[in-house]
Amino acid sequence: MKLVIIAGTPGAGKTSILINTIKLLKGANTKPAVVKVDCLATDDDKRFATLSIPVLTGLSRDMCPDHFSIYNLDEMVKFADKNNADTLIMETAGLCHRCAPYTDNCLGICVIDSTSGPNNPGKTGPFLSCADIVVVTKGDMISQAEREIFREKILEANPECTILDVNGLNGQGAAEVAKHIMASDKKVTDEERLRHNAPFAVCTLCVGEQRVSKKYHRGLLRNMNGFQEYIGE
Amino acid sequence: MEQIKNITIIGGIDKSGKQENIKCFDIAQGEIIGIVGPTGSGKSQLISDIEQLSQKDSSTHRQILINGEIPSSELRNNPRQKMVAQLSQNMNFLADMNVRDFLLLHAQCRGKSMKNIDKIIYMANQLTGEPIKPNDNLTILSGGQTRALMVADVAVISESPIVLIDEIENAGIKKHEALELLSGYNKLILIVTHDPVMALSTQKRIIMKNGGMTDIIDSSPEEKTISTQLSQIDQTMLKLREIIRNGQHIEGKDLNQIFPELPVNKKITTLVNY
Ligand SMILES: Nc1ncnc2c1ncn2[C@@H]1O[C@H](COP(=O)(O)OP(=O)(O)OP(=O)(O)O)[C@@H](O)[C@H]1O
Ligand SMILES: Nc1nc2c(ncn2[C@@H]2O[C@H](COP(=O)(O)OP(=O)(O)O)[C@@H](O)[C@H]2O)c(=O)[nH]1
Ligand SMILES: [Mg+2]
Ligand SMILES: [Mg+2]
Ligand SMILES: [Zn+2]
Ligand SMILES: [Zn+2]
Repeated sequence: MKLVIIAGTPGAGKTSILINTIKLLKGANTKPAVVKVDCLATDDDKRFATLSIPVLTGLSRDMCPDHFSIYNLDEMVKFADKNNADTLIMETAGLCHRCAPYTDNCLGICVIDSTSGPNNPGKTGPFLSCADIVVVTKGDMISQAEREIFREKILEANPECTILDVNGLNGQGAAEVAKHIMASDKKVTDEERLRHNAPFAVCTLCVGEQRVSKKYHRGLLRNMNGFQEYIGE
Repeated sequence: MEQIKNITIIGGIDKSGKQENIKCFDIAQGEIIGIVGPTGSGKSQLISDIEQLSQKDSSTHRQILINGEIPSSELRNNPRQKMVAQLSQNMNFLADMNVRDFLLLHAQCRGKSMKNIDKIIYMANQLTGEPIKPNDNLTILSGGQTRALMVADVAVISESPIVLIDEIENAGIKKHEALELLSGYNKLILIVTHDPVMALSTQKRIIMKNGGMTDIIDSSPEEKTISTQLSQIDQTMLKLREIIRNGQHIEGKDLNQIFPELPVNKKITTLVNY
């Protein structure tokens, strides 16, 4: 099973890119299955349903959506297997800039909106810097100069990546994404490891404390001045 | 950088999915081609296909060849190797930075000298009214100032053998000066335009309809003559525009250049009809 993980902030264009790409994959005799992870609700499953491929959605509810998708990866692979798919594509919720859900043997694709400004790639974090491919969307809305600067800033954050310009509205460039997915020879194993560790997050907020004041909190905590400590027993 | 002798546009499909009339069209170095057609007919899309060096992977299924060959993906993507400069129809900058930093960054991307920054701002200011200052934030520039800066940036920093220009006549900048800046010697130029003066200044015109290239026509000898007359009318219009912009009244004598022997009333009706 080939595993493709698509990460990117909400509205970056992940679903739009995927729909265009999956059409091409289907036309090229690939059998894709899609998993969409979201927090509370998602419409993306309806958009994927138009493609008549196996679609599974997972809602993470109280769990960090990135942690949820990592924790449930085995199950997703089983779902794809059961549906005779050969390529499992996972679209993440993309809410946390600290998590990067890519595993060693997946094709990690980061989708980033070029209208978010040239300072954004530097702030995007590991889901950009650990990606194999960075897909830049909405280039139709900015000037050629801004597109070129944006590209340079992506390369500063991830010098090794392949950058692809794709228009989510008309699918221009999606053929390149499909080509890279088909050319990837990595296969998912039972012993997948994350490329980047998930952030430490064991504190009273994680288990539902709603009171804000510092005195109510225990766990591994970090102060505004950067000092990090364990508070508790 | 590889030398560009010509590009080839291989026709794809129009918005209804039908084959385009024009199956294959070569444009040679030094040619100036117009792209005309109603709004929404796919002019900007054609420009975008050329900028992206599309390989049947856009909605139009067009393919673009350079010197008769499929361009490498390096040529398609790497700004340092890019052979296409594009002035898009876009009228805004979204980047939150000042004019100088923006130009410096862009020069760096294109691997160009960073010494010319003040010259670029100076050139932009020749095209617009109120001057752009190096420390102005890009997002506060007016439509005309933005357009002028885009033109100067494309002309100097993106300086390339292929130049694509989408509706330079908008935003009230000095279009003839702008075109001159962008054109340069022996370039291959495509101009999208709704302006008769601009359209007649090209050698051939691609006619767009419903997303497809329906025809290509050569400008006729008669059009060459008309083009000269139109330019005169245009010069007068531009002069009148400057007078109005400067808060003055227009007088009969301001029209005298083009219609020396007509009485004033008639001159105005002629202009209105035009
Ligand atoms: N061959 C085609 N197939 C499918 N869609 C197309 C095709 N050609 C153009 N389009 C789409 O039609 C829309 C209008 O095209 P475009 O923006 O190029 O028009 P235009 O001629 O530049 O109009 P304007 O004069 O208003 O700028 C765009 O969304 C474009 O992607
Ligand atoms: N102009 C433009 N809009 C786009 C592009 N790609 C996506 N969009 C729009 O951006 C919005 C969010 O896209 P979506 O695919 O739902 O993003 P997701 O949340 O990352 O899955 C939608 O309204 C899309 O139509 C693009 O390349 N250009
Ligand atoms: Mg989505
Ligand atoms: Mg247009
Ligand atoms: Zn997270
Ligand atoms: Zn916590």
